[in-house]
Parts: sequence; structure tokens; C-alpha cells
Amino acid sequence: MRVGLFLTCLNDMLFAGVGKAVVRVLERLGHEVVFPLAQTCCGQAHLNTGYRSECAPLARKFATDFAGLDHVVSPSASCVAMVREHHPALVAPGVRVPPVHEFTEFLVDVLGVTDVGAVFPHRVTYHPTCHGLRALNLGDRPTALLRAVRGLSLVDLPEATQCCGFGGTFALKNADTSVAMGTDKARHVLATDAEVLAAVDNSCLMHIGGLLSRWRAATRVLHVAEILASGD
Amino acid sequence: MGMPAFPEAAREALADPQLRANLRAATGTIRAKRARVVAERGDWEALREAGRAIKDEVLGSLDTYLLQLEEQVTAAGGVVHWARDAAEANRIVVELVRAAGADEVVKVKSMATQEIELNEALADAGIAAVETDLAELIVQLGHDRPSHILVPAIHRNRAQIRELFRREMAGTDDLTDDPVALAAAARAHLRRKFLSARVAVSGANFAVAENGALVVVESEGNGRMCLTLPEVLISVVGIEKVVPTSRDLEVMLQLLPRSSTGERMNPYTSIWRGATPGDGPGEFHLVLLDNGRTRALADDIGRDALRCIRCSACLNVCPVYERTGGHAYGSVYPGPIGAILTPQLRGPDPVADSLPYASSLCGACYEVCPVKIDIPRALVHLRAEVHHRPAERLAMRAAAWIFTSPRRFALARRLTRLGTRLAGLPGPWRRWTTTRDLPQPHESFRDWWERRN
Ligand code: SF4
Repeated sequence: MRVGLFLTCLNDMLFAGVGKAVVRVLERLGHEVVFPLAQTCCGQAHLNTGYRSECAPLARKFATDFAGLDHVVSPSASCVAMVREHHPALVAPGVRVPPVHEFTEFLVDVLGVTDVGAVFPHRVTYHPTCHGLRALNLGDRPTALLRAVRGLSLVDLPEATQCCGFGGTFALKNADTSVAMGTDKARHVLATDAEVLAAVDNSCLMHIGGLLSRWRAATRVLHVAEILASGD
Repeated sequence: MGMPAFPEAAREALADPQLRANLRAATGTIRAKRARVVAERGDWEALREAGRAIKDEVLGSLDTYLLQLEEQVTAAGGVVHWARDAAEANRIVVELVRAAGADEVVKVKSMATQEIELNEALADAGIAAVETDLAELIVQLGHDRPSHILVPAIHRNRAQIRELFRREMAGTDDLTDDPVALAAAARAHLRRKFLSARVAVSGANFAVAENGALVVVESEGNGRMCLTLPEVLISVVGIEKVVPTSRDLEVMLQLLPRSSTGERMNPYTSIWRGATPGDGPGEFHLVLLDNGRTRALADDIGRDALRCIRCSACLNVCPVYERTGGHAYGSVYPGPIGAILTPQLRGPDPVADSLPYASSLCGACYEVCPVKIDIPRALVHLRAEVHHRPAERLAMRAAAWIFTSPRRFALARRLTRLGTRLAGLPGPWRRWTTTRDLPQPHESFRDWWERRN
């Protein structure tokens, strides 16, 4: 299958690892990955901060960049939710919004796999990000994939479904509240004694991981895709 | 208003460890109770959908239903007054209390009267308003503001309440902080008030258009006292509280208690029509309040906020509210519903403009709302309507300009990677780096991609 990769602007700028991981997993499963070089950003931060008119050109550009692809995969639940829920009202009439899938959704629903042949002998806890949980209803797809990883032991995160406090520009506009929420989340993570915190949005992981790193905690953050890519 | 915008007010609340502990314990308990009783209902989603449909039907033909309500209340012996705003509503109530020759009124908890600051207006006219809900009483005695729709004193624990009672109530010198003793002290205090009051003021949870019935849902029985003992009853009710028929209460009275207190049924539901000689108050006045509601009604998306039945489920699940408490919202309507209702009722001001941003858009509120208000959608919609600071607008425009060009984006990627090497970032980004580290990127994805293709 020919699969387009929408990396997202944040990953493109700061998290190369997740892009490489998605490519590795998909190729290992025998698929061809295409990376449209002109891609930039889905406009989520603009729309969510109240800049709808500034967001529209980005939605239109997205439709052009990924035109003609039958499957577009992205390692970001919130960006996928943005494209799926909001782009239809932002692109020009008659323009097709590319069919996007969140990475774990694509593996489980489209490719029908939960065991991708990964090996990761570590203690891992999983934070269901709000967009993955409530906008995309990912349910147990990410954890089903993690459970199938050899050597991995998955431990429950207390109060897992509560928001980590990232929230896009909320993290800057309401930095104190955002950090208070992130602090509670990070404490729950430490209480699990996990070596790794995994999630399907690097934005949330950047926030929680930024706190853990500042506290010099040993727990690392990794995108689920990076765990699924390990072992080859 | 002289109040700080949300981020500053929140900072103060976050620095209060007692408040945070109280909020966490209280919201956690109510949250669990609600989840338990909602899970009992296999048809919960159908009930929510029915609740949404009833309220949308009303909002779609509000003028018709309100006129029908007026006709029915009048026919049942009540008097209907229309109040365009808070000042008009307060004037009407003050005149009615004066006409009854009273200088004290008993009150049953009502959001609408808090919204119009009726107690202050009554005080200015020399009339004392006595709150009769336990929590409201605590707030009133503490000269405090409520911090939660349903649990107004959620920011106080029982040791703090005992001190308040000892200071403000006669004969409470040996009062302990045992909840039963505290409740008994409040009960004795309130009984004296109920028996002497000639006028009562209430709100209403629902007003039925087809027969003019009003409904008050409560837990302590103080409402029943207020609604039946005094000679004159005045109810101040927002115009969005109307439901078409009594049958609609079947849906609403299932949704409300389970969502609010986490009970299958609330202890007291009072339903009355107009005034009946020799049975309860001889005079009944219904004050129908607009106060910004028609402005909200005119907004296609913002209007959804008028479906709200004030259950406070959205507050209890809100991770922002759980940490900041209600006062930070600078309004009688705190939490997620306040963040979309206040700006619409009040119109633009710096506090109101900050409220739609007081959310991480996590969606927990929408998930529990019994009338399916898509609060995150309304928040995002309102963010586009409020005043934007010029510096922010410029930054967002610049970002969009960068993202519309692959070449400009390439340059931005390089600069971002350099920026992460700095220990602290300049400008608004400092708000990130004072508490959180930045990731340290290695080889960029694009370099890697090019190398292997
Ligand atoms: S918005 Fe919904 S959940 Fe919140 S108080 Fe109103 S009815 Fe309840």
C-alpha cells in the first residue's frame, strides 16, 4: 500500500524520531511511504486560538500537498482530529480533504495488525491524550499494540484520562494552570515506576517530558510509534 | 469590574494549597458518584439526546413558549414581570418586597439572583436577604463569593466552617466540627428565619409553558420552606428555563440529579402553579430575566450554552476548574459552562475575553454534559470573537505566513532547532522554559529522509 506521511509541524521541527519510526514500521509491514516535501502545518493552533481566517490557507495548502493519496498517516491524534473535523469547513467547496488516519488507528483498523514485530524490554505506562481519547475514540488500539510488543510490561497510569494540561497555546496563555496540571500528571507517571511514558501526541509528551526532565527524573517519554519501531 | 483576568486570578488560586486540596477531594467524590449512577442507565445516551432536543426545541421558538408561559402563569393567579437586564430585575424585586412591607426576605439558592446581584441591590434598599441553603449560608456568613454552582462553599473545609458559625451565630460557643453538629446549628438558625419571613425569593430549574408550573429541585428542604411558608413568593427565572410540557420533566428530572449530585433522585422537588388562596403564598410573581440571553440566542454556536441546566457536572470533571476553583472565573458561572456563558451574557471586557481561553480543550465537559453542549466547540468559536492583543495577532499572522511557504518553513525549522540549544527562550516562550525543558533534537527527519532516498 502507498501511504502518505503527514509528520506535523511540531514533529518536523523537534521530533525527528517519530517520523523515522513511522516509516520503519510501515516499511517493515511491506508498505511504501511517501513524504510530500512541501507539507507544513494543519493549522490547529491557529483555529484553536481563535484565528480562523489565518487557518484557512493552511487547510487549503494541506489539501494540495496531500492530494491524490488514498491514505495519509500521521503520528498525532490532535492534528488528525483537526484535519478530519475542521478542514472540511475550511477548504474551498468541492475540494477533497485528504483521508487522514492516526498512526495506531491506521495499523489496527486499516492494516488489521496489532503485532508489528517489535521488541522493547522495558516497563512502560501509557497516557491517553485527550484528542486520541475523546476526539478520535482510539480506545484500546494503542495499548493493544503496546501489549503485543515482546518484552514490554505495560503498567496502568493513575487518573489516566485526565488532561496533562498542554492544550496548545493554553500552555503559554495559562502557563501556571497548565504546569499545575502537568505536575500532577508527571507525579502519577513517577508513581508507576515506569521507565518510559508513551503517548500518541508528542505535544503532550513535550509538556510532561519537559517537566520530568527539569526534575531530573529518570523516566523518558517516547511516542508509541518509536516503541513499535524498536527491535529491528 | 476591577477583577483580574483568568490567568492572573488562577495564579493566586494555584498558590493556595488548602483550596487545591478541598477542590480535589470534593470534585473527586462527586465525579465518582456521578459516574456510578450514570453507568446504571443503559439508556443514558438516549436521555441526553432527548434533553438536548427539548432544549433546542425551546430555543428555536423561545418567543412562542415564553408568551404561552406568561398566559398560563397569569391564568393560575400569578403575575409575570419582564426584565431586560439586571438593573430592571432588581428594581422589580425591590418594589415587590417594599409593597409587601418587608425588610427581610428568605432565599432559596438561585443562580439567576446571584447573576443580577440581587442581594446587594436588596441591601442597598435596606432589605436583608437570608440565604437558606447550607452552603450559601456559609458563603454569606463568610462575606465570601460562591466558588461552585452546586457546592458554593467547596473552597471551605469543616474546621473553617465551624469558626465561621461560632463567629456569626448566637449560642454556638461549644460547636464542634462534626458535620451533624454543624448542620444542626445551621438548622436552628434558619428555622427562626423561615418562621418570621413574609417574603421569599427563589429561582427555578424549569418553567413549564403548557400549564405555567414552576419547578425547584433541591436537597435540604429549605426550598420547600421558602416556597410554602411566606405570604409572597418572587421567582427570578432566566428566559431559557422554559420547557414546553410537563412530560419534558420526565427527561429533565432524570438527567439533572444524576448529573449534579450523583443521586438517582434529589430529595425535594417542588412544583407549583400561580397562587392558590389558603394554600401557600397568596401572591406569586415571576420575573423573567433576559440579561444577555437574547444576545447569546442570536449566535448560532454560542446559543448552545442556553441549553444548560446548571447541573455542574462539567465543573466537576474539568481539570482546570479542579485546580483553580471558581473564583478565578470572575463570574457566578465558573468552570467550562462559565467560560462560554459569561462572555456572552456580559459582553466584551478583559475578564470575559480571557475566559474562552481558560481551557485546554480536553473535552471532558462535553462528555458528561446531560444536554450535550459541545463546550470545546463553543470555546473555540468564542475565541475567534473576543478581542485579540495586537502582538498576539501579529505573531499568529507571522506563523501562518511561515507555514504557507515550504521555504520559509525550512528556515523556521533551522531556527527552532537552534532555539532549543538555549537554556531559556525569550518573549512569551519564556513561560515554557521557566518550568519545562525543551526537547533536544538530533538529525532532522528531512535530512534522514534525503539520505536514505
Ligand atoms: S454545561 Fe452541561 S454539564 Fe455544565 S452545568 Fe450546564 S448542563 Fe451541566
